[in-house]
Amino acid sequence: MIGAGVLLLLFSISVAISVGAVSVPLHTVWSILINQVAPGTIEQDWSKGRAAIVWDIRFPRALLACLVGAGLAVVGSSLQAVTRNPLADPHLLGISSGAAFGAIMVLMHTGMFWGLITVPLFAFGGALAATLLVLAVSQFAAATSADRLILAGVAVSFIVMSLANVLIFLGDPRATHTVVFWMLGGLGLAQWSHLVFPLSVLAVCGAYIWLNARKLNAMTVGDETASTLGIPVARFRLIIFVVGALITGVMVAFSGMIGFVGLMVPHIVRLLVGGDYARVIPASALFGAIYLLWSDIIARTIMAPEDMPIGIVTGLVGGMFFVWLLRRRAR
Amino acid sequence: MSAGHLAVKDLCWRPGKNQPFLLHPVSFEISAGRVLGVVGPNGAGKSTLLRMIYHYQKPTSGQILVDRQDLWGMASKVAARKVAAVLQEQPGAFGLSVRDIVALGRTPHRSGLSSESAKDAQIIEAAIARMQLEALVARDFDTLSGGERQRVMVARALAQQPQVLVMDEPTNHLDIRHQLEILSLIRSLGLTIVVSLHDLNMAADVCDAILLLKDGRCQGFGSADDVLSEQLVSDTFSVTAQRQVLSVSQNQHLTFHLPT
Repeated sequence: MIGAGVLLLLFSISVAISVGAVSVPLHTVWSILINQVAPGTIEQDWSKGRAAIVWDIRFPRALLACLVGAGLAVVGSSLQAVTRNPLADPHLLGISSGAAFGAIMVLMHTGMFWGLITVPLFAFGGALAATLLVLAVSQFAAATSADRLILAGVAVSFIVMSLANVLIFLGDPRATHTVVFWMLGGLGLAQWSHLVFPLSVLAVCGAYIWLNARKLNAMTVGDETASTLGIPVARFRLIIFVVGALITGVMVAFSGMIGFVGLMVPHIVRLLVGGDYARVIPASALFGAIYLLWSDIIARTIMAPEDMPIGIVTGLVGGMFFVWLLRRRAR
Repeated sequence: MSAGHLAVKDLCWRPGKNQPFLLHPVSFEISAGRVLGVVGPNGAGKSTLLRMIYHYQKPTSGQILVDRQDLWGMASKVAARKVAAVLQEQPGAFGLSVRDIVALGRTPHRSGLSSESAKDAQIIEAAIARMQLEALVARDFDTLSGGERQRVMVARALAQQPQVLVMDEPTNHLDIRHQLEILSLIRSLGLTIVVSLHDLNMAADVCDAILLLKDGRCQGFGSADDVLSEQLVSDTFSVTAQRQVLSVSQNQHLTFHLPT
């Protein structure tokens, strides 16, 4: 299963690099990639321009798609366990809006005074603040039940989003392009020098979540039962929220808000590998990466040469999925 | 797996300072392998008492001793190896299989990163066999009936290898057949069991001792014959209770009426 998934991932990456305004055949894609890693192994029969498109533009973009998709899916699946709500998702819970708020603050107002890391740092700060706000609101409204936690998240999401809009409005009256990027997401800003941030955060945080898969399993049963199994429930939930905010923050900083990935992918993964989080977490990462790669391929090709915001694709697919999920749960 | 001696000393609880006690100091002891039934009207403090025994709610003062060791003096993980609980909360729609759920019972016995050992697997298989769940191991928990779910949750608690098992209203929402199955199961586990029950006749049948609570105070502790007397039951539940001997089985049976 995992083997097939990895092969599908490699194939998807190749296709993502191959298609676009200039189409590059698959074998050329691989030749260029291999030559970049180990120069001179394959005789060059392509132009420098093509090599630049493949290596400098499309490959980092494909890798960013993988990282963002994997990250959002892992966050979604772990939040679903600790909130015991199959609808939990960094986007719906307002965590993504908080991250967007932080990133917009830096890009349009304060400037990158700490260098490149300023954006992900502020995005994390915004995501964390929104997360704590959601938890505080759900406490305040005594909405600790799973369904109402989501409503608290939606409420916070609206509030934070309108605050972010104020920032955009104050920043530059002609900034519609920026608005579209943050609201609907996009992978067009991918650069090699940026990838290290999402990669390192996902590696560390993803590994942490995976190592706690057993606790996530226990959390799906209920707080009291998890507690009788020796798990410090309140602390563990808070840690997962913070780690989730960290991953979401860095992903949003480089790709804007891409919705429904964290909601949808874990459900499909559970149908494929079952509910044990030891399998759900890595499978979510894998499938999330593949899902976002294909969403990006569609977004880039459907109105070529225009780059459609990727959030339109994931929103459309995710919205329909949401309806299907409601229908399934109603039965 | 061995049953443990359970002693509760001056145990009480209130939500905060200056707030009234929801459970006034209560003390009792049950020896290893015995079944204690906790009964009383709604709001009597049954859940509060149970929550302290299954290490969820910290006592305001007093002690819970399992084999003379203070339960609230140990780390939660250690306590989880002493006391397991079968509660009314149930896994949501997360696609965990029956085996996944039973395997959760090994959580307090495993260190952070270790994967399931052969011994763990053996214990899980034994718990599954004990509850006759072999045919259901691969099934999604969500697809099970109420009685099957209850058996899975008991198997999960058994895999935890506790000395004391707490059960909160295990017969709730089950039909008569499954209620009787669960009760006979309780008797056969060979663990020290603390069980809250609504049905007094059931409690009298299945328990070695009864703890009667009302408004957070102990109204009686002892054998069912002593505690579930007409007078005490009538007072505690604000009903008129009558004890009758059933003509066929010659068993004692309580009936209830609204006081006139």
